[in-house]
Amino acid sequence: MNLLVAQAQQIEAPEIDYGAIAPVLIVLGAACISVLLEALLPKHQRWAVQLVLSLVTLVGATGALILYATSERPAQGIATLAGAIAVDSPSLFLWATLLVLAFGSVLLIADRSVEPGGVFVAQAAIRPGTIQDRAQATKTGMQTEVFPLTLFALGGMMTFVASNDLLTMFIALEVLSLPLYLLCGLARRRRLLSQEAAVKYFLLGAFASAFFLYGVALLYGYAGSVKLSSIAAAAAGTDRSDTLLFAGFGLLVVGLLFKAAVGPFHAWTPDVYQGAPTPVTAFMAACTKVAAFGGILRVLTVAFQNTQWEWRGVLYGVAVVSMVIGAVLGLTQTDVKRMIAYSSVAHAGFLLIGSIALVPNGEGVSATMFYLLAYGFTTIAAFGIVSLVRNSDGEATHLSQWAGLAKRSPVVAGVFTFLLLALAGIPLTSGFIGKFVVFSAAIEAGLTPLVVIALVASAVAAFFYLRVIVLMYFSDPAPDGPTVSVPGAFTTIAITLGAVVTLVLGLWPTFVLDWAGTGTFLS
Amino acid sequence: MTPTYYLLLSALLFSIGAVGVLVRRNAIVVFMCVELMLNAVNLSLVTFARINGSLDGQVMAFFVMVVAAAEVVVGLAIIMSIFRTRRSASVDDSNLLKY
Repeated sequence: MNLLVAQAQQIEAPEIDYGAIAPVLIVLGAACISVLLEALLPKHQRWAVQLVLSLVTLVGATGALILYATSERPAQGIATLAGAIAVDSPSLFLWATLLVLAFGSVLLIADRSVEPGGVFVAQAAIRPGTIQDRAQATKTGMQTEVFPLTLFALGGMMTFVASNDLLTMFIALEVLSLPLYLLCGLARRRRLLSQEAAVKYFLLGAFASAFFLYGVALLYGYAGSVKLSSIAAAAAGTDRSDTLLFAGFGLLVVGLLFKAAVGPFHAWTPDVYQGAPTPVTAFMAACTKVAAFGGILRVLTVAFQNTQWEWRGVLYGVAVVSMVIGAVLGLTQTDVKRMIAYSSVAHAGFLLIGSIALVPNGEGVSATMFYLLAYGFTTIAAFGIVSLVRNSDGEATHLSQWAGLAKRSPVVAGVFTFLLLALAGIPLTSGFIGKFVVFSAAIEAGLTPLVVIALVASAVAAFFYLRVIVLMYFSDPAPDGPTVSVPGAFTTIAITLGAVVTLVLGLWPTFVLDWAGTGTFLS
Repeated sequence: MTPTYYLLLSALLFSIGAVGVLVRRNAIVVFMCVELMLNAVNLSLVTFARINGSLDGQVMAFFVMVVAAAEVVVGLAIIMSIFRTRRSASVDDSNLLKY
């Protein structure tokens, strides 16, 4: 007991490198201001002020990030806040990715041109199906709390990819998840589906984070610390019980794989992607995937590299299951949002291949990060297009309604075709380069059979992308089919950003690949 | 009394919670089972803190409590909203999204 008292008296204030963590501080600080504005501003001013604040925050945080990244800093990165946050090259790359993807998502979230008043409900407390609900469906206001919620989720994601100990990681996981649960339930149309998606995501997400936390506790029992580097040191040479280590690892990874929507932990993905408002789905599909895989990469590389021969077989199997589930179940889908959800499960399998290809020079890590960036932009643009095809009761997401879309709107159909080809991994798109670098890293790490399975899975998945393309170009449009809305500036910018990055990274990937490969995780 | 018994108790509570999440129908009860899982983890954390002779585990238990409280706020709001719509908190009734 004396030991505990002695320790308690020695606690010193940690050193904080404000310059390094400025991007996260800016985002979280702006989220707090945004909550205050929500309380203080009159209703009609909120949308504009919140939007400007969110965009300025994202630009400012990106600026702070560029300032820090170009300044004199240690090449291997630094650990600040008593070692809780590691700011190294992968952290900076993932932060930049998250900020730019969030910029696109915020533009989609703020759009009010496609649906009058925006896709979010005017008052979430009104019961669906009542007279008030029908009245609010045509009102122009929207629940502007979505902006602070998005910023909090983004702040959580940025902390998550940089967290250097498991406790920080758990808190960041909750900070990113809780706002997303709420965002899922705020759709203006089809509110029953939206609320159902929120309940499902919440219950399963809480279940998965309990597993993650139990893993943290067991690893704490094993290593006596939750720092990733201490766990690696404890696992390197020790006579401690392996049961704690591998039970802890297993539970921890279940929590992480759930967030990343890797099959067989994907059960929530199609339902939540379909039920959530489309801009939120875009945000989740792009940014949550980046955050979750950023966390997986860091945990596997920093804490568990020494023991990789014990666990690699398990994740090998998980990657196969994920690719097969995504590709095969994607074939049977009739809803375009569910189809993209299953495609994201298949992509999570490909990303997991890159994550377990732990070659010494860190090629697996840089390849996976490139893939995340490329996939994020493609997905945001794809969901942006999905939000444009509408009929009288909202988005027309059933695939039969997309028949002959090219005759109604050649531009929209053309861009969507390009994005689907990128998801399928056709050359001249970023999807091809992403798959290429991930698979070559995997072959280098001796995972050739897995790459063969992945190629077969991508071929199967290509079928359902092509089916949509054929449907859009070679079918006759139904007379009562959906119309394609003319997007306003925000949605146009978001879609253009996504499509242009997809094309540019397909033609000149070198710059981003070099940047992703500049350094490895701080250990 | 060795601390190991507390670890076993915590594993037992965690399993009861996990089974509860899988078999119970009412969303509130499912959520209570998740809370049971989190508190089982707290028991593990303080036991490991005792075994390792460090304070970290006890401090982590506080963090977990705060997170659990935040989760209650968000979770009950979501469950309430769906209960008001459907007059039922059964997770079996939420079945519009499938296949």
